[in-house]
Amino acid sequence: MITTKKTGLAPSRRSVLMGAGAGLLAGAGLIRPVWAQAAPLKLGFQLHATGIGAGYGRWYQRTADAAVKLINEGGGIAGRPVELVYEDDGTDPKRGAEVVDKLVSQHGCDLVLGTLFSHVVMGSAPRAGELKVPYLVCSEGYHVASGALNRWTLQPGITDVRSQISSMAPWVAGNIGKKVTMVYPDYAFGYDHRDFFTAAIQAQGGEVLAQIAIPPTETSFTRYFPQIPPETEVIYHVMVGPGVLTFVKELGEFYGTGAKPQLFGFIDSLEAVDTATPGLEFLEGSHFWEAHPRVKPADAGEHEAAYRAAVGVDDNGASTGDAADVATYSHMFSTWETLFFIKQAIEAAGYTGPADRQKLVEAMEAISDLPYGIERPQGAKTFNGKTHQAFGVQNISKIEGGKLVKVHTTTIEEGLYPDAVDYTTMAF
Amino acid sequence: MKVWLFHLAVLVALAVLALILPAYHANNLARILMLAVFATGYNLAFGYTGMLSLGHALFFAAGMYGAALPVSLWGLGALPGLALGLLAGGAVAAAVGLLALRTAGVSFMIVTLMFAQAGYLTVIYFNQTTGGDQGIVLSGAGRMLAGLDMTQDGPRLMVALGLYAAGLLAALALVQSRFGRVMLAMRENEERSRMLGYDPFRVKLAVLAISGLYAGVAGAGYALLFGYAGAGFAGVQYSILPMLYSLMGGAGTVLGPLIGAGAMFYLIDIASGLTTAYLMGVGIALVVLVLFAPRGILGWVRERVLPWLP
Repeated sequence: MITTKKTGLAPSRRSVLMGAGAGLLAGAGLIRPVWAQAAPLKLGFQLHATGIGAGYGRWYQRTADAAVKLINEGGGIAGRPVELVYEDDGTDPKRGAEVVDKLVSQHGCDLVLGTLFSHVVMGSAPRAGELKVPYLVCSEGYHVASGALNRWTLQPGITDVRSQISSMAPWVAGNIGKKVTMVYPDYAFGYDHRDFFTAAIQAQGGEVLAQIAIPPTETSFTRYFPQIPPETEVIYHVMVGPGVLTFVKELGEFYGTGAKPQLFGFIDSLEAVDTATPGLEFLEGSHFWEAHPRVKPADAGEHEAAYRAAVGVDDNGASTGDAADVATYSHMFSTWETLFFIKQAIEAAGYTGPADRQKLVEAMEAISDLPYGIERPQGAKTFNGKTHQAFGVQNISKIEGGKLVKVHTTTIEEGLYPDAVDYTTMAF
Repeated sequence: MKVWLFHLAVLVALAVLALILPAYHANNLARILMLAVFATGYNLAFGYTGMLSLGHALFFAAGMYGAALPVSLWGLGALPGLALGLLAGGAVAAAVGLLALRTAGVSFMIVTLMFAQAGYLTVIYFNQTTGGDQGIVLSGAGRMLAGLDMTQDGPRLMVALGLYAAGLLAALALVQSRFGRVMLAMRENEERSRMLGYDPFRVKLAVLAISGLYAGVAGAGYALLFGYAGAGFAGVQYSILPMLYSLMGGAGTVLGPLIGAGAMFYLIDIASGLTTAYLMGVGIALVVLVLFAPRGILGWVRERVLPWLP
């Protein structure tokens, strides 16, 4: 190789510019943390930035960014800075699988996390398994613990829907009624509720009088209400999507000012929706499941304030910058907790790069106790390494004056159920 | 002869691409090839015979579940699964055609759309079997296709290329044949074809069934190659996508659907990295195409450079 060296009294314009550039870079280097010399850990985030999950995606991104900021301020993970790489999956299972591919093969991410919608998880998990890359979902679906997926897919940051539903039944039966009519959307999310709540309320000596499945294409619900048996004590409703406002309004018109059953719903219906929205007055006095109470409870844990400040949510559960921008508070903590779970597992495994991915999953499977702390602002959890699923406490809130007020917290034990799978016996 | 050599050269080029592309793009190529099989079949009905169907999602889903359900429920092998998917797509298309072809034009579009929507809701309704909108994941054991492991990138791309090659050559043979000219006659002037003694109903039914076979094998292939089947694939957008691929690549050209599927795939892949409004970018690209190259990319090429292209 031939090299040439220019000599002269005056430096050339090019060498001055190069010298200045090098100086700037060196200067920038001086003020960066020491670990900046270590290669960053790239975590791929499969984001619902568009499509039906976009409302959730926005808050998932804010929460994950806040968690990574805190992690990096604390020295990163195993001394390495963390970098999140977002790719939009359009809340679509086909695109989801492509995004897993892109994050791993194109961006070189160490692992993938963050997926919420069940169908995207189902569509993407096979690809994660083929690529042999840890895939940590924040979906609350029962798909992980049911055994439908693979050794590489885990859900360490949020309790699954089967557990959530099961833990609600004792309180519902003991406090608002045992004769239940269920109204649910006619797709997978609704079926989980139909199957698991029916079994759980029967175990409490209650019964489901009617199961009313509403097709996803429906825009008006009035014609379904006469199917609600008159002896119903509790209407259990889990409608989601844009139809929920119409649903509540029409239910209110159906019962008018006369006697009505108690209402019990899952906050999924009203995530990112202000409970004081005109048209939702009929929900006053009704109860909702919440994973993480949107309105800060009087007895909130010691880390609640710091978490809210970090993710930019006020005490009412809305963005600190815009009171009309309501958070998806009962789900978004899962990205935060998943990132801290990743930190714990990577540091325990001594993970250094993609060659250690198997070791990383084994380290994750070995984790069981996840105590309350800033790492887990929603509450303490236990992680079942065999089923790849975390279990935590759940809350029940009542709408009073248009606000959700927490009235009950379950124990972790109330949400436990027998293992359906042992992923640790499966091949990688 | 020139036509056949040209298309064989394209297949050779695809094989070379399969060998040299980096992992991410090689896997994208497998997806594009399966979508191109779907769109090639769609184009036989739409581009060559003039049937604007909005029911192809049903045929695609019939193939997808025709393969995925026997494989996941009864442990059937992937190869018979693929064959069942092919037949399911063709059979459903023929059944829909028997009824829908009593109409034409806009009515045909609406009737096929209704059938597809009914199919989508049927998949949802039988959720305990189909997995509904959440779908079903196929195990690795169910994805061994004639000794080839579909969970591995190399064999998967090989199978995708094989299926596309078979679909392309069959389509080429069809449009070059005497029957292919009858298809064009139906598109250009149905009444005149009838006067010349052809039965438009039978011709169109045959083409729709063939198109259904393509959709069926593409749906089955997609499920087996990528390990997932879900109701989302039965949604209306899977009727519109093959139409867009055909329009973009060139309706009434044999290779157009492949070009359209590839262009659309990368348009979304690149644009989604730049903005969340990427679908607007796709929309603008389509508007520009309609304004400046109404016959699609390959249609434009055929008009100016390669007039002999089928």
